[in-house]
Amino acid sequence: MKTFNGRVLFLDRPDINTDEIIPAKYLTEISREALKPFLLEDLKLDGFDPATDIEKNNVIITRSNFGCGSSREHAPWALEANGINLVIAESFARIFRQNMFNCGMMALELPGDTIGRLFSQYSAEPAFAEADPDTGTITLSNNTQTEQIPFSISTFDRELITAGGWLNYADTKY
Amino acid sequence: MGKTLFEKIWKTHAVKEFTDGSTMLYIDRHLVHEVTSPQAFEGLRIAGRKVRRPDLTFATMDHNVPTTADRMTIEDPISRAQVEALEKNTIEFDVPLFGLGHPRQGIVHVIGPELGLTLPGLTMVCGDSHTSTHGAFGALAFGIGTSEVEHVLVTQTLVQSKPKTCRVEFTGRPGPGVFSKDMILKLIGTIGTAGATGYVLEYGGQAIRSLSMEARMSVCNMSIEAGARAGMIAPDDRTFEYIASGQRPYAPRNRQLDRAIAYWKILPSDADARFDRVITIDTNGLAPQVTWGTNPGMVIDIDMPVPGGEQAGGYSRTDAEKALDYMGLTPGTRMTDVAVDVVFIGSCTNSRIEDLRLAADILKGRRKADHVDLLVVPGSHEVREQAIAEGLDKIFEAAGAQWRFAGCSMCLAMNPDQLRPEQRCASTSNRNFEGRQGRGGRTHLVSPQMAAAAAVAGKFVDIRKWQV
Repeated sequence: MKTFNGRVLFLDRPDINTDEIIPAKYLTEISREALKPFLLEDLKLDGFDPATDIEKNNVIITRSNFGCGSSREHAPWALEANGINLVIAESFARIFRQNMFNCGMMALELPGDTIGRLFSQYSAEPAFAEADPDTGTITLSNNTQTEQIPFSISTFDRELITAGGWLNYADTKY
Repeated sequence: MGKTLFEKIWKTHAVKEFTDGSTMLYIDRHLVHEVTSPQAFEGLRIAGRKVRRPDLTFATMDHNVPTTADRMTIEDPISRAQVEALEKNTIEFDVPLFGLGHPRQGIVHVIGPELGLTLPGLTMVCGDSHTSTHGAFGALAFGIGTSEVEHVLVTQTLVQSKPKTCRVEFTGRPGPGVFSKDMILKLIGTIGTAGATGYVLEYGGQAIRSLSMEARMSVCNMSIEAGARAGMIAPDDRTFEYIASGQRPYAPRNRQLDRAIAYWKILPSDADARFDRVITIDTNGLAPQVTWGTNPGMVIDIDMPVPGGEQAGGYSRTDAEKALDYMGLTPGTRMTDVAVDVVFIGSCTNSRIEDLRLAADILKGRRKADHVDLLVVPGSHEVREQAIAEGLDKIFEAAGAQWRFAGCSMCLAMNPDQLRPEQRCASTSNRNFEGRQGRGGRTHLVSPQMAAAAAVAGKFVDIRKWQV
């Protein structure tokens, strides 16, 4: 199983699409590791600089419809190559969400007002998050506060994470 | 209670139902292209596995291939390696390939129907989100990731959660100059880019029934831009006529076709079938649509001003301002005052013969504005040949267009056809995301006739009123 913890990168915009996560011009790469330098390279958000902000963070918290657009599994691969195995959002596009779990990574949904509160309470200074698929809780903390937030996950998705992705899961089942 | 088209296909393809509600589905057709398959074939090789049904698996090259006459020599070594990997993989695993130079090569979602691979009642998957296109024939067709591609290659099945159903009723009759592209853009503008997440859409109503198969494909193609799992249209006589016509080597013929049609006729949703949700869009008085922002839901009527402030079509002021800043537009500007640098007619949304005929109707006897680059890129080699047989190529070339070979081309900036920063493009493709057509490029999604007219006028025009 992968690890689901680290410092949090807050991306404050809905509808961040797969072309922004990894531009199509890099999809010619055959190895996953080759995608590493290009994650979110053209995303323009106030206070976000991919050159410095990706390396130090291992969790993303963002708004609604993250990962909309193409079916490219290169999007989770580019995250994984940068050690980001956990994305928490108000909602995800269907194929992206499935691709995350199929790669043994977690795409967790929290209600919009909770996401809004996390942005206002935690995004100003360094924050850390950890998700535990067994207990179904996210632990979020910074220098002054810590809290636990429950999340729901289906049995199938939990088994995908435990197995380290769908192909490993399928190998153990049939 | 009756069943929907979707429920009938789901039920007949369920191999196994799991306790958590997910279902293992049998997959009837697996379409493969060069970009999302190499890692999956590599997975098979490492595990020592074979493709379970190479006879139900079909490959083509479309995303990264050049579209110029010298396309057989791919200069970019990484793109070339990806294309060569597909050639090698299809030979090793015995999968039919409609590769570069093959007379049936083209965009995967254009050649599927042409070859007779796309048929009513089938389950179809491809490592590409626009697989929803095939739903125009009454198939359940959806995009998958590369892990799933590998799973289908090995098992010919896929485990999926069951989506909800949504009926989209297009009532009325669109006027002249308004096309199926405008209908689907209007829907996405109405419900948003996540408006159909979790649903399979079934399109119906008078305005859908009167569409050609090509026009229906444009509607289903963009279902994913509303977040839908798939888009479907019930098969009817028009569907059967398309399948029975032309050179479609994989379509049933003669007695097999008669038997197939008898089955296809029981597929449409029953009169008493219930949908989880119903949306109605009136096409009476619908205007040609044009996107103003950086996702397909940011769309307005051509005769409306660029929105802004508090009335930006459901988008927050901040999101609208960011989109307009990227697009180089200011609120209040008339779209008909906005000049274009490039016009792209092509992509799996609008590159079929009917799309090219519609564009040619506008371009015939006219010439593009001097400052505009006009690309016309057929969706398949067959479309190209048909267009040449009808003399459309002569019309395009006389209008100053670059008449290309088949491929995804300028839809997605992973081949030589790309926008330069700040170039503004009227495009018949499906995504106007930042950088989609090239870093810094500004995309406005429109119908083929709107795109062709923009090339002539050098700016957007309302084709309902336009006189040269």
